[in-house]
Amino acid sequence: MSRHPRLALAAAATAGAMVMSACAGGGASDTVGAGAAADAAPASTSTLNLFAYAVPKVGFDKVVPAFNATDAGRGVTFQQSYGASGDQSRKVAAGAAADVVNFSVEPDITRLVEAGLVAADWNAGEHRGIPFGSVVTIVTRKGNPQGINDWDDLLKPGVEVVTPNPFSSGSAKWNLLAPYAAKSDGGTNPAAGLAFIEQLVTGHVKVQPKSGREATETFLQGTGDVLLSYENEALFAERKGDPVEHVTPPTTFKIENPVAVLGTSENVEKATAFRDYLFTPEAQRLWAQAGFRPVDEAVATEFAADFPEPTTLWTIEDLGGWKTVDSTLFKKDTGSIAVIYDKATS
Amino acid sequence: MTTTVTGGRGGTDVSALPPSPQPPGATPPAAPSSEPVRPAGRSGLGRVGRPLGVGVVGLWLSVMVLLPLAALTVTSFEDGWGGFWEAVTAPVALASLRVTIVAAVVVALVNAVMGTLIAWVLVRDDFPGKRIVNALIDLPFALPTIVASIVLLSLYGPNSPVGIHLNATQPGLVLALAFVTLPFVVRSVQPVLIEADREVEEASASLGASSWTTFRRVVLPTLTPAIISGTGLAFARAIGEYGSVVLIGGNIPRETQVASQYIQQQIEIDRPVNAAAVSVALLAIAFATLAVLRWYAGRGLRREEDSA
Repeated sequence: MSRHPRLALAAAATAGAMVMSACAGGGASDTVGAGAAADAAPASTSTLNLFAYAVPKVGFDKVVPAFNATDAGRGVTFQQSYGASGDQSRKVAAGAAADVVNFSVEPDITRLVEAGLVAADWNAGEHRGIPFGSVVTIVTRKGNPQGINDWDDLLKPGVEVVTPNPFSSGSAKWNLLAPYAAKSDGGTNPAAGLAFIEQLVTGHVKVQPKSGREATETFLQGTGDVLLSYENEALFAERKGDPVEHVTPPTTFKIENPVAVLGTSENVEKATAFRDYLFTPEAQRLWAQAGFRPVDEAVATEFAADFPEPTTLWTIEDLGGWKTVDSTLFKKDTGSIAVIYDKATS
Repeated sequence: MTTTVTGGRGGTDVSALPPSPQPPGATPPAAPSSEPVRPAGRSGLGRVGRPLGVGVVGLWLSVMVLLPLAALTVTSFEDGWGGFWEAVTAPVALASLRVTIVAAVVVALVNAVMGTLIAWVLVRDDFPGKRIVNALIDLPFALPTIVASIVLLSLYGPNSPVGIHLNATQPGLVLALAFVTLPFVVRSVQPVLIEADREVEEASASLGASSWTTFRRVVLPTLTPAIISGTGLAFARAIGEYGSVVLIGGNIPRETQVASQYIQQQIEIDRPVNAAAVSVALLAIAFATLAVLRWYAGRGLRREEDSA
């Protein structure tokens, strides 16, 4: 006789659990919105949430204090988050509160444009929304024991290459585009480019770090013979005193890292001020000092000695722009490089 | 925590009472199914209190365990059976499961031997600093696992002061897992050994058995349930371990990437179905392990009752 009430109670409790969790699901987003609104009210100290890809932290560590020293930046505090570019972009698209984003590759910002979070004209400015960039370089152990100087050297027997996973990392996409462009003569002979990528990925890439930074850490901990990376990341490691050196192949690829302000930001004004500040000569110099190639012509001339010009530097425009490149090469399940990667790694 | 052991001969029933890792053995007697036969009011809750208790437990288990597991399972079948099967049998996914299980089995076996030995030394031998060693055993439980990883990396990593490089190798993986699972067997066996009747061993010796025979025929059968319980828990812990292997494991697909790292990677590259499918596979393995342990503990109990 005691069995039925107990069952009923247990059932009621279980049902209660479901109702509660359903409520929690609905309530959570409300609270976030309310909290953000409350934060925005006192305008004297505003907080900007910066979501960036993994490696520009060294640059922002210099630029943020400098921005705080300007009139527009006084009292602005920053919440900074760094990680794999694609991963970060998906987090913001999924609702992470961000005011300014800085990703490795344009498609990660396009995702936010499609989600209605970033204005479609985000790249309308003089520098197309790109405050700094770099080139793809080859990093080797100190003394370059295997004599690796160009893309073909990566395919020498036994050479193990560390490069991150292109499904999460922007760096990985640049790293693969560089030899692809070099071997396909700027995309005119895609088959040759893909053949090289296939040999590289299938025979020489063993680990799948999620971001450019994680790839560097993996390499520094002793895995692999060669690291493909941003020039700025190579310079950062060398300046830290890590036992590595880098070589920029004669033919390589221009990296352009975009920045955008979120239209949904509670602090659009401050966020825009910060983005604009990144393009000032002052900030450009700081980026250059951190190892990133500045986009301001005058500053670039100043630092010309630090950033040697490769013989041939392909750009994403040469390959038809990110839209084309992403859909033909990197799109999940159909892009040529995506398919090669999936075949080699699943 | 070692004083709860009952049973005159320190026999099989003790296996149902491992010290801190309680789940598999200790729960059956307390399970709700055995409640109704007991007189009402025994727990002081009375006729209303008991259903309320069951309701609260049901609510808690639903919120904490059942709902998340159901959600995970639903996610894993988002692409149907085919999608689930494809995700679990993808070569790298299978390789990660294989690496995980092989490493966990090796670690469990190492623990079974070393844990028993450590427990034996701690119970039967006296040496200076014994209390400190005894306290040290729990350290892997208390230490955040990522700290274990850093500790091992600084000792056996690329800048190893002792010249041993285990970073990103399978031995490194096993070492990390052995470190975090060390206490399970020790803490299972120790209380049984403390309660074990020394006179039986003395009798065995006086009847002419060698010390090895005494150990094998008299001591070991007493300890076996506790060893198996501890080993099983160590195995279950090892298959799910993440923190301790994340730095020293190397995360090399097909070599040292364990299932938990594979799951993390699939989330990062936006393949939640793959992640959920492998999670369900891990869950099934863990569940099977615990089920076998419970069955074994239950069998031990039944045998005890039969002989009583």
